[in-house]
Amino acid sequence: MSENAIIEIEDVSKSFGSVTALRGVDAIIREGEFFSLLGPSGCGKTTLLRLIAGFDEPTGGTVSIAGEPMAGKPANMRPTNMVFQSYAIFPHLSVGENVGYGLKKKKMSRQEIADEVTRALAMVDLAGYGDRAAHELSGGQRQRVALARALVMKPKVVLLDEPLSALDKKLREQMQIELRQLQKQIGITFILVTHDQEEALIMSDRIAVLFEGEIAQLDTPEALYRRPVNKRVASFIGVMNFLPATVTASSDTAMSVNIPSLGQVDLHADQLPEGLNPAAVDTIGVRPEMLTILFDESEAAEREAPGEVTSASYCGDMTYYSVLLAQADEPVTISMRNTTGRSILTPGTQVRVGWGHESVVLFD
Amino acid sequence: MNVTRFLSRNWLVSYAAVYMVLLYLPALLLPLFAFNSSTIIAFPLKGFTFEWFGVLIETKAVHKAVQNSLIIALITSAISTLLGILGARAIVRFRFPLKRGIVGLIMIPLILPEIIVGVSLLVLLMQIGISLSIWTVIAGHVLICLPFSVAILSSAFQGLDPSLEEASMDLGETRFGTFRRVIFPLILPGIISSMLITFTISLDEFIIAFFLTGTDVTLPVYIWGQMRFPAKLPSIMALGTILLLLSIFLLVLGELFRRRSARRQGKSTSPTGGLV
Repeated sequence: MSENAIIEIEDVSKSFGSVTALRGVDAIIREGEFFSLLGPSGCGKTTLLRLIAGFDEPTGGTVSIAGEPMAGKPANMRPTNMVFQSYAIFPHLSVGENVGYGLKKKKMSRQEIADEVTRALAMVDLAGYGDRAAHELSGGQRQRVALARALVMKPKVVLLDEPLSALDKKLREQMQIELRQLQKQIGITFILVTHDQEEALIMSDRIAVLFEGEIAQLDTPEALYRRPVNKRVASFIGVMNFLPATVTASSDTAMSVNIPSLGQVDLHADQLPEGLNPAAVDTIGVRPEMLTILFDESEAAEREAPGEVTSASYCGDMTYYSVLLAQADEPVTISMRNTTGRSILTPGTQVRVGWGHESVVLFD
Repeated sequence: MNVTRFLSRNWLVSYAAVYMVLLYLPALLLPLFAFNSSTIIAFPLKGFTFEWFGVLIETKAVHKAVQNSLIIALITSAISTLLGILGARAIVRFRFPLKRGIVGLIMIPLILPEIIVGVSLLVLLMQIGISLSIWTVIAGHVLICLPFSVAILSSAFQGLDPSLEEASMDLGETRFGTFRRVIFPLILPGIISSMLITFTISLDEFIIAFFLTGTDVTLPVYIWGQMRFPAKLPSIMALGTILLLLSIFLLVLGELFRRRSARRQGKSTSPTGGLV
């Protein structure tokens, strides 16, 4: 096991009656990292979080926290604290009493508790809110109180169950950055459950993508985006264009791929996904920003393919074009930055699409 | 002509008015005759008097009956609410086999004629050889009060976000500590409401008390016994007036607590929020 592992999840499965929520999940979460469990609803990410928190026991496998197996330990015996999706602020207690709730079980004097509460509230920018009633708070403030209530316990791991999903877009984006900064500042391991891939990419050091109770890929945000292991992960994280392709020649160091709509390309071995059988490759993926529309005659790219604009979506800083490549059945999406002098192309415009050997990812 | 036209146009209003009069007029007669100085319960009224209330204060048997009724109502409301907390908690939070059937059995006394409950309980107690006392009345009253307690407390538990309990456990609190520090304060208005309502039901209940009471009669049973003596009727009217006002007071108080509980949890305050 890795030296700095804080949570070790080994072969964990969980069933509710006949429904299997998790099967054979293995993961190691490192000390001090911001770790996200990402997946669509019903993928088992919340179940996994609850197993770590101790609200449920796994049907099989073990969860260890700080090297200690957690089997049979209820939530109140574990060094984890949770920020609930509903925030679960105790409605009959003031903000200060909420934050100090767990400290009362520790052997601390009244004054020590008061000091800790003040410090925790200051940490989440709610200094002076201690005497407010819970119902006087806005959604964003409730979220901060829930966070302060968890942090004040000085847990080894803070668990966050979709904590930002109830906030509006502006506030959510602001909180994503704040949460990330706070986590780096205090150095406690955070585990975030989210269905929002953008949120996971922005906040996490590493992300586990879950589908149907299994981890499809566990990687850094960049690796997940650039090298998704399969089509499902690729289309869940960001936008991915898929094009039919075949491997025409392969060796240990290189591979020749024929993409009818783009052309022939040679790929280096380090670009190939691990364990991928060259013969099984039938698709390549290419991100919208990895394709460019060559506006001027003078512009050039490593490779070019002809196409026709079928539609354009203007989004302020970017324009998303649908372009039908000459040999393709379906249009690909290409994102272009709206820099000076670049007008919006109208549907029907014939264009040259530029790409390169580093643009593509192989899938079986 | 104008009246018939009004009635035909507003028949629903007229119907409601007649309905209310028929429903509540008899109850209004009670205080009317309680303060009437004639011993005969009939119109026209003779004069105003507090005499009948004075008679009540002087009658020892009334004191005893009031005492019995209060003891029974108090213990009934305590037991029924305690069982109601356990039952409602189980119904709202857990799934278990035969749940619907069990809930149905708890609720059945609501629709079962009280005379059936009274007679069958009497037969049962006779068979197993338990002599009638205050406790047999309490047993019968708990049976008919439990549906109300369960209904009121179910609505209190339903409004409780399950993650509040988990949050408490997560913050290091034990199950019992969680009940004491989170669940109990949040359902307290429901508990008070349940106690007030079951107290009122037990205080007013006649049929079961009539069958199951021994020598320690309850107030309604005492009143029934006194109805045979025409001379006692005015003081019974006075007693009825006190009971009526007390019942209304307790029920209003109970409903206020129920609404407060609902508001505290941010739920709607509809009177049919629970099972009733």
